[in-house]
Amino acid sequence: MKLTTTLLATTALTVGTVAAIAGGHAKMADSMTLVSWGGAYQKSQVNAYSDPYVEMNEGLEVVWDESSAEAVAKLRAMDEAGNITWDVVDVVAADALRLCDEGLAIEIDPAEDLAAAPDGTSAEEDFGELLVGDCFIPQIVYSTTFGYRTDMVPEGVDAPSQICDVFDLEKYPGKRSLEKRPINNVEWALLCDGVAKEDVYDVLATEEGQQQALDKLATIKDDVIWWSAGADTPQLLADGEVFMGSTYNGRLFAAIEEQDQPIGMMWDAQVFDLDGWIIPANLPEDRLNRAKDFVKFATDTQRLADQAKYISYGPARASSAPLVGQHATLGIDMAPHMPTDPNNAANTFLYNYEFWADYRDDIDAKFQAWLAQ
Amino acid sequence: MADTAQTGPVLAADGRPLKQTLARTLRREKLRALLLIAPLLIFVVVTFIIPILSMLGRSVENQIVSHTLPTTVEALQDWDADGDTPPGEEVFQSLYFDMFKAAEAKQHTQVGNRLNYEQPGLSSMFRSTGRDLDNMGEEFQDALEDIDPAFKDAGFWFELMSGEGGEALLEDRRDLYAAMVGESMRGDVGFVPSAEVAEMLPLTAAAYADFAIWTAIEDEDTVAEERPWEAVYAGLGLDLRNEDTLGSIATYSGPGAEALKAAAANVGQLPQEDLRDMFAASDEDWLDPDAWRIVALYSPDYTTGYFLNSVDLQKTIQGVEARPTNQQIYIKLFIRTLYMSLIITGSCILLGYPVAWILANLPLRTANVLMILVLLPFWTSLLVRTSAWKVLLQQQGVINEILVWLGFVDDANRLIIMNNATGTIIAMTHILLPFMILPLYSVMKTIPPTYLRAAKSLGATNFTAFWRVYFPQSVPGIGAGSILVFILSIGYYITPEIVGGTDGVFISNRIAYHISSSLNWGLAAALGTILLIVVLALYWCYDRIVGIDNVKLGG
Repeated sequence: MKLTTTLLATTALTVGTVAAIAGGHAKMADSMTLVSWGGAYQKSQVNAYSDPYVEMNEGLEVVWDESSAEAVAKLRAMDEAGNITWDVVDVVAADALRLCDEGLAIEIDPAEDLAAAPDGTSAEEDFGELLVGDCFIPQIVYSTTFGYRTDMVPEGVDAPSQICDVFDLEKYPGKRSLEKRPINNVEWALLCDGVAKEDVYDVLATEEGQQQALDKLATIKDDVIWWSAGADTPQLLADGEVFMGSTYNGRLFAAIEEQDQPIGMMWDAQVFDLDGWIIPANLPEDRLNRAKDFVKFATDTQRLADQAKYISYGPARASSAPLVGQHATLGIDMAPHMPTDPNNAANTFLYNYEFWADYRDDIDAKFQAWLAQ
Repeated sequence: MADTAQTGPVLAADGRPLKQTLARTLRREKLRALLLIAPLLIFVVVTFIIPILSMLGRSVENQIVSHTLPTTVEALQDWDADGDTPPGEEVFQSLYFDMFKAAEAKQHTQVGNRLNYEQPGLSSMFRSTGRDLDNMGEEFQDALEDIDPAFKDAGFWFELMSGEGGEALLEDRRDLYAAMVGESMRGDVGFVPSAEVAEMLPLTAAAYADFAIWTAIEDEDTVAEERPWEAVYAGLGLDLRNEDTLGSIATYSGPGAEALKAAAANVGQLPQEDLRDMFAASDEDWLDPDAWRIVALYSPDYTTGYFLNSVDLQKTIQGVEARPTNQQIYIKLFIRTLYMSLIITGSCILLGYPVAWILANLPLRTANVLMILVLLPFWTSLLVRTSAWKVLLQQQGVINEILVWLGFVDDANRLIIMNNATGTIIAMTHILLPFMILPLYSVMKTIPPTYLRAAKSLGATNFTAFWRVYFPQSVPGIGAGSILVFILSIGYYITPEIVGGTDGVFISNRIAYHISSSLNWGLAAALGTILLIVVLALYWCYDRIVGIDNVKLGG
C-alpha cells in the first residue's frame, strides 16, 4: 500500500516536472527524424540543410533514416499502427502525390509554410510549376539520363549522343543497363520508334502503343542488364559490364568527376523528375511545429543553392539558380553539370505524374510479363 | 465375499472417485505446463499468428468501395451492368454526395487508387473530379444566393435545418461517416435535424447532416457558425427539381420558409444541367460503362478479385476469365519458384552430402576446424555474400577472367552466369548450403562406423555397403535438410533480386513489389497466402510419402 502511494507520488511529480519543462520552452520537439535516400545525396542534405539548422537550434537532435525508397509503404504501415516515427520525409514527386492521395502527408500552404525569395518573390511563384500536388515541397530537379564508357565507343564512330543510339546495336554494339520498370524506358522506346514527343503519352495510353513500346525494347532485350538500384549503372559502367546505361545524373557526375571513370554523359531525352519533402499527417503538435520550421528553413533560396555545392542536382527554386557556385571539394563550376543547364537541356522530358499514377500498375504488369517471357 | 463387497467406483484416500481425482491432478499439471509455455505462446500468437491472419484477411477485404461510396453502390444495383449505357442520373446524384463527403475526409483518392488496380485511369478520374466537386456545388450556391441573400448566412441554414425528430437521420449519417473514415465519430454535434424539413428536402438534409457531423466532430467548430458545404446547396438545387418538394414548400411555414419559397418560385434561375453531364464535363470517362462495371464488381465488402488476379485470372461481369496473355505472370512465377527451389535443394544435397560425410568421419579436432569453415559464411551478412557472388559471376568478373586467362573461354564470348536463373541457383545454393550440411552432419554423426565395416566383412563392395547400409540411415538428415532448404528458398527475395536478372526472380520479388511499390497490399496478401498454402501442401505430401517422423535434426 505504502509502496503504491510512493510510486504514485513519484510518477505525479515526474509528470509534473516534464510538463513544466515542456511548457517552458517553445512548442517544438527536441529531436526529429529525417528520412532520405542515403549515400552522397543524403550527405549533401546533411551539409546544406541539417548541419546549419542544428547550429541555429542548439540541443536539437537530428536522426537520419535511409528509407525513402520504401517511404510510402512504411508511412502507410506506421499510419495503420498509429505510431508515426518520422518527421520529415524526402520522396520523389510521384510518391508525394500518392502520400497526399492516401491522406498520409499534410497539405502545404506555400504562402505560410515556405520562405519567400530574398527579393520578395512569393514561394509559390519562385517554385512555379514544380509545386506538384498539395503536399509536396520541391527541393531538387534531377534527371534520369544515359552515361556511356568513352573507351568502349567503336573506332571510327562518333560517341553516342542521341537517345536512339541506345537502340542502335549495329552502330553501338554492347550491353546496356536499363531500369527494371517501364517508366522512362517505354517513353524512350516510342520516341525512337517514330512517335513524336508530344504524342508519347497518348500512344502509351493505348494497348497497341504499349505493345509498340515493348516491341521496340525487345530489339535490344538480349543486350540489356536491368537495374533496380541507382548505384547499379555507375557500378556496371565502372566494371565495363555495360557500354551505356541509364541512371540519375548525380550518380554519373560522381563517377565521372569524383572517381575519374572514363564515362561520358549523353543528356539527350533526359527525363526530369523532382525530389522534395513531405511532412507526415497526424504528427503531434510539437513535432509538427519542428518539422514545419525545418522545412521552411531547408527550402529557402540559399539552402537550396548550397546543396548544389555537393551534388549535381538543380535547385527547385528559380531564385537559387544564380547562387549555384562551385563544388565544395573539387572546386569545379557546378552550373554546367546541372540537368537544367541550357546546354544539357536541349531535349528533355518531364516525368508525367498524372499519366503514371493511372498506368503504372497496368503497364508494369505487362512489362514484367514481357520481361519474364 | 471380499471381492464382491465393493461394486462402486474405486475411491481415493479422500473418498472421491479415483478417476475424478486423477483427472483433476492431470488437469492441474496440464495447466501448469501451459503456464510455463504461456510467454512463448503469447509471443507467437501476437507476433506471428495474428499478423498472418490479418494478412489472410487483407487478401479478400474490399470494404473501401462500399464504405466510401455507400449510397452510390446501393443505387448502382438497379443499373444494368451488361448494357452499354452508363448509369442514370440517380447514381450520379448519390455519387456526388458520397464523393463530396469523401473528398472532405480525403478518402476519394483512396477509392480511386483501389479501383485503378483493376482498370487504369480510375485513379486520375477520382482525383480530378474530386477537385471539381466544389465548383459543381458553387453553381447552385451562386444561383441560390442571387435569389435570396439569406442563403449566404450560416445561421439561416442552421435554423432552417434544425428542428425535432431528425435524430434517426443524424445517426444514420454518423454511422456512414464512421464506416468511411474508420473512426467512431461519436460526440455531440450540437444539431438535431428537423424531420419535417428532412422529408421535404431529403438531399439537402442528408448533406447538411454530413456537414454538421464533420464540422462538429472533426473540425471541432460550431455548426451554427459555419457556412454549409457546397454540397448542401447542390442538394437544395436538386431537391427543387422535384415536383413533390415544390408542393411541400408551398405549404411549409417553418423557419426559412420565405427564402425557400423564393427559391421555389425562381427554379428557372438554378442550373438545369444533369449531374451526369457535370461529371462527364469533369472527366468524360464517367460515361464509360466499363468504369462503372468495375465499381459494381468491386462493391461487395469481400472480393475474390485479389486471388483471381494472383493466378492470372480476372473478374468480369460475365464471370471469371483468363487475363490477356501479355499480363499473365504469376502462375509462371509460382512454377519457376517451385522448380528452381527444387533444383537448389538438389544441388545442396549433391554438394552438402560429401562435405557432411567428411566432417562426420574426421577426427573431432579436425572436424571442428572444418566446421568453422562451413559456419563462417553462415555468419556473414546475406547481402555481403550475394554482392560477393556478383563480383565473381559478372562477365568481367573473377570467374570469367580466370576462364579467359586459362583459354577455356573466348574473350568475346564470356559466360553469362549472372542476371539469369543460373546466377540465382549458384548464389542461393551456396547461401543455403549450411542448412543442408548441419542436419546431415548431426545425423551422420550418429551412424556407427561399425555397420559399414560389418557390411564389408560380409562381402559387400564399397558401393553396396554405402548404398544399402549407410545411405538409408542418413535419409532422415537429407529429409530435414531438404525441407529447410526448400522452404527457405521458396520465400527468398534478396538474392534473386540482386543476381536474378529477369528469368531468375521469384514470386517473392513480385510480392515485395506490391508491398512497397504498387501498394497493392491485397494482391500481395493473396500471393503470400497462396505461397503459404503451397508450402503447407508440399509439407503434407512430404509427410504422406516420406513421413515427418523420419526427419531428424540430430542424433
